[in-house]
Amino acid sequence: MEEIRLMKGNEAIAHAAIRYGCDGYFGYPITPQSEVLETLEALMPWETTGMVVVQAESEVAAINMVYGGAATGKAVMTSSSSPGVSLKQEGISYIAASSLPALILNVMRGGPGLGTIQPSQADYFQAVKGGGHGDYHLIVLAPSTVQEMADFVGLGFDLAFKYCNPSMILADGIVGQMMEKVVLPEQRPRRTDAEIREQCPWAATGREGRRKRNVVTSLELESDKMEIINNQLQAKYREIEANETRWEEIDTADADYLIISFGSVARISTKAKELAEDEGIKVGIIRPITLWPFPTEAIRKAAEGKKGILVVELNAGQMIEDVRLAVHDSLPVKHFGRMGGIIPSPSEIVTALKEKLIAQA
Amino acid sequence: MKTEIIAAGFGGQGVLSMGKILAYSGLMDDKEVTWMPSYGPEQRGGTANVTVILSDERISSPVLDTYDIVIALNQQSLDKFGPRVKKGGILIYDTNGIHKHPERTDIDVYPINAMDAALELGNSKAYNMIVMGALLEAMEYKIPMENVVKGLKKSLPERHHKLIPVNQQAIEKGRTLLKKK
Amino acid sequence: MDIQDIIKPENKVYAAPELLEEVNMHYCPGCSHGVIHKLVAEVISELGIVERTVGVSPVGCAVFAYNYIDCDWIEAAHGRAPAIATAVNRLWPENVVFTYQGDGDMSAIGTAETIHAANRGENIVMIFVNNAIYGMTGGQMAPTTLLGQKTATSPYGRRVDLNGYPLEITNLLKELDGTCYVTRQSVHTPANVRKTKAALKKAFQNAIAKKGTSVVEVVSTCNSGWKMTPEKANEWMAQHMFEKYPLGDLKVSEN
Repeated sequence: MEEIRLMKGNEAIAHAAIRYGCDGYFGYPITPQSEVLETLEALMPWETTGMVVVQAESEVAAINMVYGGAATGKAVMTSSSSPGVSLKQEGISYIAASSLPALILNVMRGGPGLGTIQPSQADYFQAVKGGGHGDYHLIVLAPSTVQEMADFVGLGFDLAFKYCNPSMILADGIVGQMMEKVVLPEQRPRRTDAEIREQCPWAATGREGRRKRNVVTSLELESDKMEIINNQLQAKYREIEANETRWEEIDTADADYLIISFGSVARISTKAKELAEDEGIKVGIIRPITLWPFPTEAIRKAAEGKKGILVVELNAGQMIEDVRLAVHDSLPVKHFGRMGGIIPSPSEIVTALKEKLIAQA
Repeated sequence: MKTEIIAAGFGGQGVLSMGKILAYSGLMDDKEVTWMPSYGPEQRGGTANVTVILSDERISSPVLDTYDIVIALNQQSLDKFGPRVKKGGILIYDTNGIHKHPERTDIDVYPINAMDAALELGNSKAYNMIVMGALLEAMEYKIPMENVVKGLKKSLPERHHKLIPVNQQAIEKGRTLLKKK
Repeated sequence: MDIQDIIKPENKVYAAPELLEEVNMHYCPGCSHGVIHKLVAEVISELGIVERTVGVSPVGCAVFAYNYIDCDWIEAAHGRAPAIATAVNRLWPENVVFTYQGDGDMSAIGTAETIHAANRGENIVMIFVNNAIYGMTGGQMAPTTLLGQKTATSPYGRRVDLNGYPLEITNLLKELDGTCYVTRQSVHTPANVRKTKAALKKAFQNAIAKKGTSVVEVVSTCNSGWKMTPEKANEWMAQHMFEKYPLGDLKVSEN
């Protein structure tokens, strides 16, 4: 029986990484996620599982260490918060372009610029639409509980290796900093070097056992060959869209209105739904768990016959664009967001629902 | 059962660690728990607050409009969170430095002087456990003391376990402070 | 003696390095990269480490080094090779890792990664080809461009007031406790080629023995960027470059 622990989301990430059998973590401190690196340094996994932990000289170096580690087939990860994740975008683009598995955690804080250290969801566009240069996608997971922070480390790595594609856990300062009950996964052994060579025949591990050299690169100067690579990436993205879309629905069938939100905000929205029901307003909740691939079809189906959708986010309106694409403006879709690190309360969401949708009907 | 609590005060008064011990005590009592702090520079002397939710059911929002119990340890926190106690709820506040006392009559108000009590124990660091004692006494949901002790053990680092009896003593002292206004 | 006698195996005095691919290189005629590639290929072969060697190629003229030397490679983003090498070194401690970088990669965009990898004493070899110009992008000024040297972005010659001083990054790396061997060589004469090979071998041996970071700077020419014949470029290098970047060992650790 696993011991039940109380821990912060950021701490849960560190514990879950060790338990998963992660080979390496490379990071640089930034609020509100420094507990990930701090926890790893305190737990000293190099003494137990052999996991490598490096405090890099910058976010840029850290993501390139991840790129290097991933290129050798190891399960490697980094974490940061918004300004640091902006710095990582070059490396993330290289990792995606080279079809390498890796895990990146963004515990979002408010921007733009240095912004605030308080929670935000303003990096939605950056995470799901690319972020760095070129046509690529990350698999983006949005945890709403500390348990999901822990669980998505394993899920993120599994998906990353299944599709040879970087995964991102897109969390916010709320999930990163709050403490909840968490059941950690069983400790798995790290893969042996021989297993890695077998599972990742493309990895730059040294030519041992091979005559042919392995080269990990994203460079292709011949346009016709580069377009083939682009098409291969796109084919992979279509496969991920078909197989890996995840979401949670609460009482959508009987509802008149839908509230759609992700991460910790979905939980505030769930409380808002309870408050609305006290006033006789029937609300259903959709919480996209994968932000990319986005649950377009689920939202389209759930929206049928509804009177309106309120999209609640800690930003000026980002996910709402994907919701509107899903429903083709067949019903009113309104946005309610707070910025600057301010978190809306459940009653604010109910007020927004009434003002933006019910009063307009 | 669901109890929604916020504790607010100056950074350094120990509200975050009190919340943590409370959350751990709830966990030891098989409850679902959420501990959500204000974080950042507030920790260094500004205002700090922590929301703790204890529940039999899965907890939805960690962010709340109103609370079953508010603990306010300075004027600023009292002004901010006093009006947000649910009707019929509980407000515990430390009278130290308070010049504008709460006037609500639709809630139970408990003024305490936790610092004097801590000094009587000869341990100003036990301040937050005095407050916690008052809170445990006021709560309708009673956490068995053995689970509070387990919570203390879980949330304090091993090297501080020798302080558990002092903390227990402070909690017991805190319980005696609770007198309705 | 007829031809059959001459080509007998026992008469063989020179062969193409086993690890050098038989393909046309994209380097300009007269470029130093080809010689340095050959030496790297020979050293890896002679040390018998190809099965556990991983190279990290840069952005710059040597970006395609992975097409020429038959070991595993990771192609880095501009300047980031030392960070990548760090991860490979940490995650595969039995492997031998080297970076191959130009002056832009090593001493401009990647200065932070270079200095910090060396300062951590990563067990890697950094090969630094310094030709005082950005060859790949068409001959722009590098941090190592000499004062007065004309480039596409210093068309009237590098000026201190506009461009600052040439950066001697190897001298900086020498000062770091993490480096065990820092040397500056060239490949413009057979004697220098032999010295560079010996330096590279020593650097790879240090990596195998986990002694810390080894840096081998090779002061090189870029005849097309310098707009000179290969021969003239070698002369110009000897006359001007060696004054600012004198050849020889800068640091050889005892242990």
